[in-house]
Amino acid sequence: MRIAMLGFGSVGRGIAEAVSEKDLGLSITAVADSRSGIIDADGIDIRDVLERKRTTGLCGTPGITAEDVIESGVYDVLVEVTPTNADSAEPALGYITCALTAGRHVVTSNKGPVALRYDALMQLAVSRNVQLRYEATVCGAIPLIQALEIGLAGNTITALNGVFNGTCNYILTRMTDEGLSYSQALLEARELGYAEADPTYDVKGIDAAIKLVILANSIWGLNVSLDDVDITGIDGLTTDALALAEDLDCTIRLIGEIIPEKRILKVSPRVLSKDHSLVVRDTLNAVTVETDMAGEITLIGRGAGSRETASAIIADILFIRDCYVERT
Amino acid sequence: MKLEMKDKPGQLIAALKPISDLGGNIMAIIHQRDPSAAPGDTIDVQIMLDLPGSTLEPLVETLTAQGVNVVRIGEERLLIRRSVILIGHIMHTDLTDTVDRIDSSGLAEVAELGMVMPAINEPSSAKITLKSSSQEEIGRAIDLLRRVAREKDLLVIEPLEEYP
Repeated sequence: MRIAMLGFGSVGRGIAEAVSEKDLGLSITAVADSRSGIIDADGIDIRDVLERKRTTGLCGTPGITAEDVIESGVYDVLVEVTPTNADSAEPALGYITCALTAGRHVVTSNKGPVALRYDALMQLAVSRNVQLRYEATVCGAIPLIQALEIGLAGNTITALNGVFNGTCNYILTRMTDEGLSYSQALLEARELGYAEADPTYDVKGIDAAIKLVILANSIWGLNVSLDDVDITGIDGLTTDALALAEDLDCTIRLIGEIIPEKRILKVSPRVLSKDHSLVVRDTLNAVTVETDMAGEITLIGRGAGSRETASAIIADILFIRDCYVERT
Repeated sequence: MKLEMKDKPGQLIAALKPISDLGGNIMAIIHQRDPSAAPGDTIDVQIMLDLPGSTLEPLVETLTAQGVNVVRIGEERLLIRRSVILIGHIMHTDLTDTVDRIDSSGLAEVAELGMVMPAINEPSSAKITLKSSSQEEIGRAIDLLRRVAREKDLLVIEPLEEYP
C-alpha cells in the first residue's frame, strides 16, 4: 500500500525508519516537510530521504509543497504528522480536508483538526467512503481509541480517568522523588527534551484537555470544545503539597477525567493513593476506563516519542489496509 | 441503637446479621432479660455499632422488614473523613474564616489542619481533613470549600477517589 507523508519531524522520521526497517508491505511515495518535498509514484528510497534530512534539513526538493503532495494522488493513505496548532488547526485541517475530499484515507497525529473539527471531518470521510484515523493524537503508543471503539465495543463507557501528559508526570515524579521545586523540575524536563521551550500547553493542562475533547467527541459524541473543559494545571504546585500528600501515603498527579453522563470534563491535579494504578512514573501515560460489562480496564504506556508515536500511526495505516483497502 | 424484638430463639442473630452484611462492626450489645416476661413478649436490645457511610438507612429498612422494631437511634458520630490539599496564601486570606465556614455549614467539621509556610510572600501548602456523617454531606462540604477557595484564590487538590 502506498503512503504519502506530510511533516518530516521526529514523528515523520520515526514512521519512515520503521517502514524502511520492517517488512510492513508499505511503500512511501511522497513526503513533504515545511520547506521541501519529494514525489515518486514508484516509491521513494527512504534511506536517502532520511540521510538528506539529517545533513541538509530538507527531505526533498525546495519548491515541492504539501499541496503538491496531496494533489499528486500517488497514495492510498495520507499520513499527516505536521505540528499541532490548537487554535486554528491549520494548515493540517486544510490538508486533511483536501485528501478526504479526494477520496483518500487519512491517518494523523495532529490534535488540532481532530479536536476542533471532529464531526465535520468524519462526515466528510463517511461521504467519500474513506477512513480518518487518529490513534496517535491521544496517549502516543497506547492503543486507546482502538481499545475503546473496537476492543470494548458494546460496552457502555461510564467514566475515563488518566494521566495524559508525560511532561507534567515527569515534573511531578521529580518533585516527589527529589524534593525539587516546580521550576527546578521544569528546567530539568526541558534539558532532557521532555518539555518544549514554551511549556505552557503542557503545564497548564491544555494538552491534556485537548485530548479529553478528542475522546469526548469521538467516543461519546459530546460535541464539546476546549472551553467546556474545567482546566487546572500543575504550575501552582509546591513541593510542600507533595510532601503533605506523602503523609497520607498518597501523591499528586495531573488527571484528566470524563464522566459523560454528567458532562464532566476536567483536568486537575489530584491526590491519589501511591499504589493507585494511575500513579505511573516519569513520562508514562496511563488511562483507566470504567465500563458496564468489562469492568475497569487500565492501559499504561509511552505517551510520546518518535518511535512510540510511529507505532500508533502504523497501526492505523495497517488497520485501514486490512479492513478497507485489501477488501475492496 | 435500641431495638425491640420478639423473645424467641434466633431473633437476636437475625437482627445482628444485617449489620455484618453491610460491613458494620458491632462494638457492644446490652440486653437484660426480664425474668417475668412471658413467651411471645418482646425484648429490648441496645447495640453500639460502627457502620460504613450511608448504610444506616438500609440497615433500618432491613431490620424493620424482619420484624425488628428500631425504637431509637442514638447519636450518629462523624466517621467519614476526607483530606484535601490547599495551596496559596492560606493564612493571609483569613484561615479562621475558611475553617468557620465549613464548621458552621452543618455539613462537616474541620478535623485536622497541617500547614507548611516556606517563606513570607510564598504560597503555603496545607492538608485539611474534614469529617462528616455521610458521603453526601462531605461531598457538599467539599463543594463549599471549593467555592471559598475560589474566592480566596487558593488551589484545592482533591482526591481522585474517596479513601479512608
